[in-house]
Amino acid sequence: MKLTIPEEELMGHGNLSCQGCWGSLAMRYALKALGKDTIAVIPACCWSVIDGPFPYSCLKIPVFHTAFETAASAASGVSAAMKIKGKKTTVLAWAGDGGTFDIGIQALSGASERGDNIIYICYDNEAYMNTGIQRSSATPYGAWTTTTPGKKFKSAPKKNMVEIMIAHKIPYTATACIAYPEDFIKKVKKAKGFQGTKYIQVLAPCPTGWRYDPAKTIEVSKAAVDSGIYPLYEVENGVYKINKKVKNKTVKEYIKMQGRFSHLTDEIIDEMQKNVDREWELLLRKEEFYGHTKK
Amino acid sequence: MVKKVVTGNYAASYGAKASRAEVVAAYPITPQTQVVEKIASFVANNEMDAEYIKVESEHSAMAACVGASAAGCRAYTATSAQGLALMHEMLHWAANARLPVVMANVNRAMGPPWTVWTDQNDSLSQRDTGWLQFYCENSQEVFDTTIQAYKICEKISLPGMVVLDAFILSHTSEPVEIYEQDRIDKFLPKYAPRYKLDPSETHAFGGLTTPEWYYELRYKIQSAMDEGLKEIESVGKEFGKMFGRKYGLIEKYRCDDIDTLLVMSGSTASTGKEVIDRLRDNGERIGLARMRVFRPFPKQEMRKLAEDVNKIIVVDRNISFGNEGIFFSEIKSALYNENIDVPIYGFVAGLGGRDITMKDIEGMIKKAEGKPGDIIWWGLK
Repeated sequence: MKLTIPEEELMGHGNLSCQGCWGSLAMRYALKALGKDTIAVIPACCWSVIDGPFPYSCLKIPVFHTAFETAASAASGVSAAMKIKGKKTTVLAWAGDGGTFDIGIQALSGASERGDNIIYICYDNEAYMNTGIQRSSATPYGAWTTTTPGKKFKSAPKKNMVEIMIAHKIPYTATACIAYPEDFIKKVKKAKGFQGTKYIQVLAPCPTGWRYDPAKTIEVSKAAVDSGIYPLYEVENGVYKINKKVKNKTVKEYIKMQGRFSHLTDEIIDEMQKNVDREWELLLRKEEFYGHTKK
Repeated sequence: MVKKVVTGNYAASYGAKASRAEVVAAYPITPQTQVVEKIASFVANNEMDAEYIKVESEHSAMAACVGASAAGCRAYTATSAQGLALMHEMLHWAANARLPVVMANVNRAMGPPWTVWTDQNDSLSQRDTGWLQFYCENSQEVFDTTIQAYKICEKISLPGMVVLDAFILSHTSEPVEIYEQDRIDKFLPKYAPRYKLDPSETHAFGGLTTPEWYYELRYKIQSAMDEGLKEIESVGKEFGKMFGRKYGLIEKYRCDDIDTLLVMSGSTASTGKEVIDRLRDNGERIGLARMRVFRPFPKQEMRKLAEDVNKIIVVDRNISFGNEGIFFSEIKSALYNENIDVPIYGFVAGLGGRDITMKDIEGMIKKAEGKPGDIIWWGLK
């Protein structure tokens, strides 16, 4: 089978990511989809480091490093500049889950409500990985992090950022997973076709923080999708579409691959399974309801 | 040229329009609100060719200005007090990224308790962010300084803050000369930065920098500030030639043949000038130095003034808690190593917008006798 991934490389080999970093691979694929006429705005996140120290940059596009909570607002400024100068350049805000779900949510909500013309991609590794694995509101229930240690594992569920973005009625929202690069690339390309704020949240597992062998990333990522924990879906002008409608793995199979969940009892895992089943069912119903009424 | 009767706030809006700001990102706050309302109407009526981003906070306002400026646009915002404090992180970002964003800050006291009236603690708290700071005396100066600030800031690649007093200036209408746009365009050509976010010439801006280079980058900001001192004077002179109003670092009002120097800033200096006139008429040898520029601090100019007097009285509408009035501190520190041994009296007055009247100023001048203390509170109940 021939892959449809574009050959153009806008990310160089010399970068400072950890071994087996999937946040860096996400950027590589995103830029393949967006092409050279792109400006990246990157707040504090792993990518502040990955890009390379001054005077180097591993990206072959302009990069503006900005403060933690300003991915969307600084990108709004760049986007306004492109508009007034009559340029079609894509403005990409590229942030981690901490910069998106937590500290940057206000600026992102503001930009989305205004409809500023940016593509916002959150590479979601489910914790503050750049500072060394502290919980974020993207960290799933039950996970160990350095700030949710031992018996004090994370007791709150993961914030549903995707639905928050959909609620802003932006033209395009999608989830993606790095184990399905063609789906991710397709979505990034699709986002480029819309005016306004577009949001893509791509699951980019962090072997360092999730406690598994980097060689297993594809397996772990696929299990996140196949168990229904991280469903692949997109919402285009209010119309839901689930991109991979299979749910053939259990929560247990997914979490047993990762050290961050190693302390969980079967009872807790059963409870998690029930929650995932319910969320999945809800998503199916949303697709059924919103997938037709808008057409 | 047209003469318009406008408030200090509208003078700021007209200044942004005359400077052809291309991206405006702002959030309303009392007493700055009219600045952004007017700009909104300029943009809506196509009187101003700009993108106005109606951001959800001041932090985002400055972030958006930073992004727009990095992408090569002339960016503008305006704020006050709490809004300026919220911007603080991005004020550093703008300066450290060497972006010539220009903003108006309407001096309003910081809460709590809630207050909307003037003092300078909001802007002076941003002293070390790397922004140029201009303190205006009247609406004309707000308009003129906005235009000059872009020219100065774009030359030295640092941002600039045009400061005006809440209500006393922001809401008081007075005649302002609005010069012909083609003459302003000649004075202030289009912004054309050497480096910007441009896919045809890719750079990474603000990436991780080790101790090997960070130190030198900070040295360059200080060098730019030094250059700024000269630039403020030469741009102020050029402005004078072109539009008839000359500006500099310190305005010297009746400073010839004096033995006492009164130092003030902002609109209060106007009241000070009245007092000087009255005292000079009575034969007293006193003049006024109005501090127009706080950053970069005009040390040399201040030394020159201090050398020729035997008493300096500084009126601060601000306080650095745990120390004293801020202008007072800065002036003393400028003189110390030069062995200029002149007694300096530091009054703190008018915080939170309490009036500083002619009678108050006359009282301070009378009180400035004997050994000067560290801080003198004026009119404390």
